[in-house]
Amino acid sequence: MADKVLMKGNEALAEAAIMAGCRHYFGYPITPQTEVAAYLAKRMPKVGGTFLQAESEIAAINMVIGVASAGKRVMTSSSSPGISLKSEGLSYLAGCDLPALVVNVQRGGPGLGGIQPSQSDYFHATRGAGHGDFHMLVLAPASVQEMASLVFKGFDLADKYRMTAMILADGTMGQMMEPVSLDMGEVKQYDKSWAVTGTKGARPHNIVNSLSLLPEELEQWNLKRYEKYAEIEKNEVMYDSFMAEDADVIVVSFGVGARVARNAIVEARAKGIKAGLIRPITLWPFPKQALKAAAAHAKAFVSVELSMGQMIEDIELSIRCFRPVLLCRRVGGMIPTPEEVLAKIEEADKTGGNEA
Amino acid sequence: MKRVTLFAGHYGSGKTNLAVNYALRLARSGVKTLIADLDIVNPYFRTRDSEAELKTANVRIIVSPYANSNVDVPALPDEMYAVTDDTSYHAVIDVGGDDRGALALGRLAPALRLENDCDMLFVANFYRPLTQTASDAYAALKEIEAASHMRFTGIINNSNLGALTAPEDILATDVFARELSDMSALPLICTTVEERLAGSLSGKLKRITPIRLHFRSDWAIY
Repeated sequence: MADKVLMKGNEALAEAAIMAGCRHYFGYPITPQTEVAAYLAKRMPKVGGTFLQAESEIAAINMVIGVASAGKRVMTSSSSPGISLKSEGLSYLAGCDLPALVVNVQRGGPGLGGIQPSQSDYFHATRGAGHGDFHMLVLAPASVQEMASLVFKGFDLADKYRMTAMILADGTMGQMMEPVSLDMGEVKQYDKSWAVTGTKGARPHNIVNSLSLLPEELEQWNLKRYEKYAEIEKNEVMYDSFMAEDADVIVVSFGVGARVARNAIVEARAKGIKAGLIRPITLWPFPKQALKAAAAHAKAFVSVELSMGQMIEDIELSIRCFRPVLLCRRVGGMIPTPEEVLAKIEEADKTGGNEA
Repeated sequence: MKRVTLFAGHYGSGKTNLAVNYALRLARSGVKTLIADLDIVNPYFRTRDSEAELKTANVRIIVSPYANSNVDVPALPDEMYAVTDDTSYHAVIDVGGDDRGALALGRLAPALRLENDCDMLFVANFYRPLTQTASDAYAALKEIEAASHMRFTGIINNSNLGALTAPEDILATDVFARELSDMSALPLICTTVEERLAGSLSGKLKRITPIRLHFRSDWAIY
């Protein structure tokens, strides 16, 4: 029998969490990520783990803070409106320097929006997941296989840097089915001597806390956290590229958008346009250097997004507005078609360089 | 052939695709056919994705007005009663996945049992993560029977890995399908395989039924 299974994206990330040693999941159902909870409700009892459907998203994220404080791997998942509810907890996780894995299978917004796929929480994930100065590691899968592998990677990064890793997927990634290999390798162990697990009278108290009574001290905590962020920006950037080496037009897209873009790029090449794709896998840290390097040979960029245009700001910042960046977008649960992306590539090829 | 054919099974086993294939086949052979989407579980991939093709083939489609919309309302239209009220049609029913999805079938179960002209087929895919063995699939089968108040009459082995399925992947599951058939005392009706694989499997499996994969191609290949 093949060593693969046929999984929905939501199931793949749930199973990968179990394989990564996560034995605590707290969540609340919301389309299009409910399969994560449904799957873990069946699986967690079989591996001696805890599945708990909390009374709300807010309760769930606070349970995550509790388990993370005890040094155990923990996950919660939701979709856009539910992630908004978790925002306070995301800020507290950052303030307490706690590792956790949070999944957002995005749907159209704002407000209740709709249940069809979206990428319009890009700003939320990369800029403003809650109050205060902080970042989350933001990982953007573009296949069911990556839904699994990035969960595994996300738990590692979260433990390594003591911070939240977010899987920023979209409804399509959650719902689509593809074959997956669940060979994830060894689970790495990290020092968690900071965890609050009871002193047994043998050591001083560990304290997990985001409150500081002294502004001087709170400033130092922030500065220290940003030293860590600088290290991450240097070491943990991940991206994928496709026909980008000699490209005149660089398409930048992640998740389902990158899949559509890839098809459009193949069509553009067939028409003699040198187009290529740079697909950020980490949205924070953003692959700034890769884009800056590409700006040396590309005459224009195209940002393909399921939002009104959010990542486009990071593209412009990365290349210091050195080249024009065109936007190809659909919103409200709609997905750009390969034809729409191709039309933008053709426009960029014609106008590229003239505006700059 | 019974007047009503129900496709039920575990989540993501390929029920919708089989129901659409079967309804198209019936209609094209001249049978007056309707297809009813009873799925109250799956938000994205629905019978309605194949609406144009079904309409062209003259298949009457009964589907929730909310399917493929921007809301998630687990409600069924009153037109659903046509499945049992209008016996001039051959009815193909796409039941939602798992026991939760099969709950909705309970509403039609008394009339279907009374009419007693119905096949209920268990669609199995042994490459799905929670039904990789015959005993796991059997447990799912029993849960669905309990939730729907209906009994299965046969098994379809629809094991696949999507568009990347190789012939040997299907062959390897035959032993599980037979085991499930023995366990449940239900006949293995057929093994459904994508059209492109049917040739290389002929002679190696009994009762191969070629089907077409209905999927969205804009972003399906990566």
